[in-house]
Amino acid sequence: MKSILLVVAVAALYILHQDIWFWRSSHLVFGFIPIGLFYHGLFSVAASLLMWLLVTFAWPSHLEHEVEETKRREDEPA
Amino acid sequence: MIPAIVVFLYLATVLYIGIFAFRRATGREKAEDYFLASRSLGPFVFLFSLFGTNMTAFAILGSSGHAFNNGIVTFGLMASSSGLVIPLTIFLIGTRVWALGKKYGFMTPVQMFRDRWECSHIGTLIFAVQAVLLVPYIIIGIMGGGTTLYTISNGTVPYWFGGAIVALVVMSYVFFGGMRGTAWVNTFQTVLFLCFGAIALIVIGYGMGGFQTAAEGLKTSPLSWLLTRERISPYYFFSYTFIPLSAIAFPHILIFCLTAKKMNQFKKTVIFYPLCILAIWLPCVFLGVMANRVSDIPEVRQKQEARRVLATQGRTMEPEKRDELREQSGGDDVIMLLLHRYAPLWLAGLLGAGIMAAVMASDSQILALSTMFTEDVFAFYGGKRRFGEAVQVQTGRIFIILITLFAYAVALRAPETIFELAIQYAFSGYAALSPLLIAALFWKGSTKWGALAVTVWTALAVVSVAVFQAVVAAPAPGPATVMWSLGGTDVLSRTPGGTAVFGFMPVVPMVIVSALLMWLVSVATQKPAGSTLAKYFGGRDR
Repeated sequence: MKSILLVVAVAALYILHQDIWFWRSSHLVFGFIPIGLFYHGLFSVAASLLMWLLVTFAWPSHLEHEVEETKRREDEPA
Repeated sequence: MIPAIVVFLYLATVLYIGIFAFRRATGREKAEDYFLASRSLGPFVFLFSLFGTNMTAFAILGSSGHAFNNGIVTFGLMASSSGLVIPLTIFLIGTRVWALGKKYGFMTPVQMFRDRWECSHIGTLIFAVQAVLLVPYIIIGIMGGGTTLYTISNGTVPYWFGGAIVALVVMSYVFFGGMRGTAWVNTFQTVLFLCFGAIALIVIGYGMGGFQTAAEGLKTSPLSWLLTRERISPYYFFSYTFIPLSAIAFPHILIFCLTAKKMNQFKKTVIFYPLCILAIWLPCVFLGVMANRVSDIPEVRQKQEARRVLATQGRTMEPEKRDELREQSGGDDVIMLLLHRYAPLWLAGLLGAGIMAAVMASDSQILALSTMFTEDVFAFYGGKRRFGEAVQVQTGRIFIILITLFAYAVALRAPETIFELAIQYAFSGYAALSPLLIAALFWKGSTKWGALAVTVWTALAVVSVAVFQAVVAAPAPGPATVMWSLGGTDVLSRTPGGTAVFGFMPVVPMVIVSALLMWLVSVATQKPAGSTLAKYFGGRDR
């Protein structure tokens, strides 16, 4: 279930990159940042948060264990 | 001259870091130490060096130049899409390649492909395609160095001499320091990049009297489209999300993934990567757009005039004249012009060093090419067995000298635009090679024949796009020239900036066809032995 939710989150953020709703707007946020630029700045922050979620809940720790196991076997006297 | 002196001090610092790394090396004759820093990089150096490796001159000069002529779309096209896709690929692919490297001692992607698919010469072909796509980066790095030193010194340092200095400095610290030196220099350079964006924004904003007036002025001017994406097709915008797939397929990035001491070090890199991109790209794109409101820099006005003439009269001009105007309107030096106008001399020098750091990002490509040559060709075809590891490392060092001399010689003779185009093709080419990595790591059923099909397709597609764009001249800004339509649908068009296939950039069909070829050819051909599959997938059923 956790994996499915994370996959959905990645797909949702990928779709949100295509922000057609701000395509033609020249509105200035805080009086000087174009809304399209502001949105994609926030998108980058959201991408960082998503990466944090992936690292926290889907970290492939089995790979690390496999490496440690291989190293332990190599270090063992024959 | 002060900025040039500051830049020379920067170059001396970078050189010292490389030599210092050489002194710190414990196993100088060991290939793994020289080419991979003994797989021992710590979290801070790993994050910043991996990020710095991926940030070329385009991050500062190209991004602001593109934004100057195309508006805010630049950030969404190149920065925010990379901020999502690149860390995701590092998370999914980089960590797995790191683990395989630790377990089986791989030092290059081709070594892994050869082992995974039980192939030899197909691996050599993959090496050849990767190498050909990588060389333009090295050449453009030297060209960028020559141009930047020439501009910063107001012409006192000639192009040939600036290029020679940059080539010599990069060659020296890569030659002596290997991966350790390159990683440390990249870390130092990334810190400079990160400082650059913020300082440039403050200084130029102050000089322009604040951004609010400039932004409001732009909004009410005929250039208000620069604040929107109304002139960009959503298909084109979507296509750009495929380009960052190239990052993990670049050998220098994948080889960097092998240098981490522990897998945990990927965590910070994955999380902070989008924020680092934000910190560098947002100020540069914003300044590039706002440069359009600067009225007291004659060079900026000349660029705007060239752009206006191209847009209004371009359709009736000869292609050569259009190319000339395109070059005149190019904004790659716009951030340097802003600094020259608004920053005090000493600060312009420091910021010039930041630009120099971006320009000199070819070090990792030189080292990666040397690693690939010595491992995938020299060692694979018996050189290491016959002559030993020390000779292998010396061969790598000689290769570094030869490739740098070659790049310098080409940089002196060839026009820069050729290599800028070659880099565009390289991005699409490496993105089309990314299914190789995904298939090798996640699909048991993939075969060496599938890998061969992907590699041959990529080479053919890159050459075809290059030939098409060379033969059919780019139209003036506006509607594309349709070359082939079917049932009212435009299949192939020549756009002002390149090529469109069904309205998408070529990278989209290139990646999709690559993935399909890998699947179709693999399904029809024999799989590797069970023992090989067990090495990669264990008992897991995929």
